[in-house]
Amino acid sequence: MNTTSLKNFFVSFSGIAVLLFLYFPLAVIVLFSFNGDTVNSFPVQHFSLKWYSVLFRDDELLQSVGTSISIALISTAVALLIGIPAAYAMHKYDFKGKKLIDKIVLMPITLPGIVTGVAMLSFFPFVGVKISLTAVTFGHITFLCAIVVTQMLARFKRLDPYLEQAAYDLGATPSATFFKVILPNIKTAIIGCVLLCLVLSMDEIPVTFFLIAGNNTLPLEIYAMMRRGITPEVNAISTLIFIFSTTAILLSMRLNKEK
Amino acid sequence: MNYHDCCTHYHITKLPNHQIILMKGWLKKYSLLLPLVVWLFVFLLLPYCFVFIQSFLETDSFGKTIPGVSIDSYQRAFSNSLYIGTIFRTLMYAVLVAILCILLSLPLAYWIAFKVKRNKTLLYTLISLPLWVSYIIRAYAWKIILGKEGLLNTFLQWAHITDKPVEYFLYSTFSTIVCLVYILTPFVAIPVYTAFEQIPKSLIEAAKDLGAGSFTTFRKVIFPLALPGIISGGTFALVLTMGDFLSPLLLGGPNTLFISNIVQNLFGTSNDRPLGSAVGILILLLIFLILGIASRSEKKYSSLKSDTR
Repeated sequence: MNTTSLKNFFVSFSGIAVLLFLYFPLAVIVLFSFNGDTVNSFPVQHFSLKWYSVLFRDDELLQSVGTSISIALISTAVALLIGIPAAYAMHKYDFKGKKLIDKIVLMPITLPGIVTGVAMLSFFPFVGVKISLTAVTFGHITFLCAIVVTQMLARFKRLDPYLEQAAYDLGATPSATFFKVILPNIKTAIIGCVLLCLVLSMDEIPVTFFLIAGNNTLPLEIYAMMRRGITPEVNAISTLIFIFSTTAILLSMRLNKEK
Repeated sequence: MNYHDCCTHYHITKLPNHQIILMKGWLKKYSLLLPLVVWLFVFLLLPYCFVFIQSFLETDSFGKTIPGVSIDSYQRAFSNSLYIGTIFRTLMYAVLVAILCILLSLPLAYWIAFKVKRNKTLLYTLISLPLWVSYIIRAYAWKIILGKEGLLNTFLQWAHITDKPVEYFLYSTFSTIVCLVYILTPFVAIPVYTAFEQIPKSLIEAAKDLGAGSFTTFRKVIFPLALPGIISGGTFALVLTMGDFLSPLLLGGPNTLFISNIVQNLFGTSNDRPLGSAVGILILLLIFLILGIASRSEKKYSSLKSDTR
């Protein structure tokens, strides 16, 4: 009996230890963002909000936040416009090459980011997209399509099939059915998807890394700050990003579960 | 009119003029799909194809690509140990990362699947959440933990375990591997957990009733049944490590070289795009090979009927 409880304790202990391992580094960042010193050393001597005030006076950083937000908003909007109709068609109709589209759309996620990055870097100039923030936006749209199509397809599959039929029986045109019946039903899933897309776009590095010219996006600005040396300012901005991402993702998960 | 329209839409094949309507349906279907298909073709498929073509191009002495077809880049990639050697070294690192991720995922997933009674959903959310948190932040965290004046070193000195900072912690292959394991563990823990949850509780009880201890039950019942999930998780870690260039870039030392960093350099400072493309294609082929082997062994070891994959 005693060995059983010891075993149980050991199993639970190692499980919890791994969970702590997953959160410890994040906790360290949050803790040190309130560190008044310039060095991230143990133990923390005194706490202050100094690095947060430094952050809000860093023009380059603030500009990169603006750049990231605009890229995220534009690419999410375009990905939704392209992705939702396609997901709807893939849900509703059977056609040749459906599986192929399914595979291709997921390629930016399944294939290594480095290959996608260099592929876009090499080819985009040929179709008139210069290496610039525009190219970054195009790259983001491409990988966000993968997110939109998979998320929305999953949502359409959970949709009550009789809902659509009922609308038709009551005399609605296909477009009216889509806008008045289907769209309101998948509204929460769309909002969830938008949040996910915004977070992923604002955090994206591998593709952005190769396509960027001119102003930095937020993660690349952080990357540049890290290369210049560790400034505790990075702790502060990281904490804010962490809070933003976590909130958005939790909200997105919740919205996706709703019927 | 409206009513008729929608009826034809639903009883498409019963109507005499069904061919016209089929055409309309076809048109509708493809007009919905067209934007996505065109977009993916132009901005995804063509770029991938172009990398393939570019790998057969030649360069002049300035590194500018010139027309012409040759397998020169592949020959260079295979003959120089910098390329082919690094591919295999990266593969070794990737195997190591995958094994470490599995070793961390097993107790975590086991604990949540079999020991936790309440708040399972919360814990599941907790293991999947880090997946979505910015890569750069998670990598940066290790910089403050492992740095020369970082948390670990100052703690070790504070506790008088070491008297001077351990330099090897950061900017080394060690820190790169630690970071990759940290980042990829959730990718492995989720399929492992799902596999554990799919095991019918009755099988585990049967094993216990027949006198198997918990370790024997794990070894003989749980582990074999969860093997497909473990393989698929391990494959994620393997493949993602093969394609990662950020961890070595941020946390690696002067001697830490992953194959993706070579590709990145060939497209950057070294500017030899054909060679970079050839190495990229080789990475892709290796990844396809790994994925193929993984999906075959997943099928081979899947013994649960309820397995929906």
